[in-house]
Amino acid sequence: MPVNSQPTDDTDGPRLGAKSALSLEISGISKSFGRFPALNDVSLQARDKEFLALLGPSGSGKTTLLRVLAGLERPDAGEVRFGGEDFLSLPVRQRRVGMVFQHYALFRHMTVAQNIAFGLKVRRRRERPSRSEVDDRVADLLSLVQLEDLGKRFPAQLSGGQRQRVALARALAIEPRMLLLDEPFGALDAQVRRELRRWLREVHDRAGVTTVFVTHDQEEALDLADRVAILKGGELIQLGTPNEVYEDPADPFVYDFLGAACRLPGTVDGARLTVADWEAKAPKDAPQGPVEVFFRPDEVSFAPADGAGLAGEVKAVASRGPDVRIECLIEGRLFELEAHGPNVPAGVAPGLSLRIKPMRPKVYPARA
Amino acid sequence: MTVEARPIPRTRLPGFAPLLVLASAVVMAALVLMPLFVVFGDAFSKGFGKYLASIRDPDAVSAIKLTLLVAAIAVPLNAAFGIAAAWCIAKFEFRGKSALLTLIDLPFSMSPVVSGLVWVLLFGAQGWFGTWLIDHDVRIIFATTGLVLATILVTFPFVARELIPLMQDQGADEEAAALTLGASGLTTFWKITLPNIRWALLYGVLLCNARAMGEFGAVSVVSGHIRGLTTTLPLHVEVLYNDYDFVGAFAAASLLASLGLVTLVLKTTLEWRHAGELSANRRH
Repeated sequence: MPVNSQPTDDTDGPRLGAKSALSLEISGISKSFGRFPALNDVSLQARDKEFLALLGPSGSGKTTLLRVLAGLERPDAGEVRFGGEDFLSLPVRQRRVGMVFQHYALFRHMTVAQNIAFGLKVRRRRERPSRSEVDDRVADLLSLVQLEDLGKRFPAQLSGGQRQRVALARALAIEPRMLLLDEPFGALDAQVRRELRRWLREVHDRAGVTTVFVTHDQEEALDLADRVAILKGGELIQLGTPNEVYEDPADPFVYDFLGAACRLPGTVDGARLTVADWEAKAPKDAPQGPVEVFFRPDEVSFAPADGAGLAGEVKAVASRGPDVRIECLIEGRLFELEAHGPNVPAGVAPGLSLRIKPMRPKVYPARA
Repeated sequence: MTVEARPIPRTRLPGFAPLLVLASAVVMAALVLMPLFVVFGDAFSKGFGKYLASIRDPDAVSAIKLTLLVAAIAVPLNAAFGIAAAWCIAKFEFRGKSALLTLIDLPFSMSPVVSGLVWVLLFGAQGWFGTWLIDHDVRIIFATTGLVLATILVTFPFVARELIPLMQDQGADEEAAALTLGASGLTTFWKITLPNIRWALLYGVLLCNARAMGEFGAVSVVSGHIRGLTTTLPLHVEVLYNDYDFVGAFAAASLLASLGLVTLVLKTTLEWRHAGELSANRRH
């Protein structure tokens, strides 16, 4: 395997979770720029060979955290340990992290091959591989990123997707102990993004390195990562597997951020949840008193007007194959709901009154 | 209703435009080309032999040597200062950045005479450090050191001004990438930063050099016009001219004019060949 000399141990894959060793431990990291706090007491851990996504809107501190890991920013407080070693005391060049920058930061005056070889050629003489070893290594990496024929090109002569792959090959060339990716697909169009996403995951699995990956795209994070850390305003809000965070968002912000959300006010009394004229069993551990009820627009079932559920009136219907988008007025608010196949209510048309039952409502305390 | 594609009306030059173009060409010729011809014409007015003789005159030779020496010290120093200043300003955020930027521009907005006078005030016989310098037998004013200092001050902004916008444009990501790949700070500078700015640096050095060799005002104040010792080429021209040695004056001036022409050619070549690697405002 050309990418990393460490053997990948299949029995200890990243998906196995809790059993694998901790490799990255971030504790109490704070960092502010002037008066702007970029990170506030962030602690999280990543397991060996794990693919961790840092997800958040812009200004959430995710890129700052990544730069702290790379050694490009010095935190005001906190500790980073990697493989048990105090990472913050190591200068950038000794951390051996492979970083892929948002705009790739390829060396513009060097060819693709020279870019990839850079990390090997700047090593101290004792550790520097021979010329032919470097050439072999570059050839291996070029084939890994499927750019065999482009070694002699300059970055300016490449497409965005190709540059991104060169940046990844350059980062992998130094056999990094950790791979850091800053919005790796940010500058690419949607089509290329989806193609590269799967491929990146494969590269990670083959390279067998702990990977931290910054994105503001929740779909990307949920699709790719073993675990997702959600940041907001410099604070870690939630950390969990894609399933955990999607199924059980920690707060309304996370719920909203991870997908389309419908919200209505309600009350919880004991085990009963009341939203307008709809009564249901309250979810486990629901807060008591006035609450905000969240549900996904595609997680609803429909019933006739005399059935149970939230009373709604259809305002508009748009169908695309088996998927139907129903604009519905509920409690004076307009919602865009989605129904699929057998779930589509019979005779749906503007003006129809029906009942809507959220299948998995999520309840948060109402904000004062 | 069908909308027919109408040709976009071309901006046609009004009737008197050719006259305007001609007029500006004439003015340019009168203001720029004619003096050039006059310089070379007068230099050769007494024949090529006389021209050669005035350039080979010991005072002229020493003026040429002094000019080259001053430029050879001032230009590399200013290149180094310029790179350092541009590096700080373009790659880091710090308090007082805009003040530093303004300070770098100061020599541009200040009369060169002031740039010379500053040194006289500091190091002249009546200056702040004058007595101390006399006691220790150190000569700065009316000596080469003074000429170098005055030249450095006047030509300081050229390299920095050229590099700052380009380096700001390029950002610090490539350097950061080099560091994460294991390069030392010095390696990063030599292999990443310098190659990225090489053409803009050359451009700045070129302009800096032209000004360093051609500077009159600032060096005039600190020189003392000691023939053969502290007269640079521009000062030599003045001395000869005041002596009514017109052939000599114009012969020396023709050297400066040639320097100007060479600079112009190199500068234009750089602008055409390496437009993409110069500061945005230099691109065609």
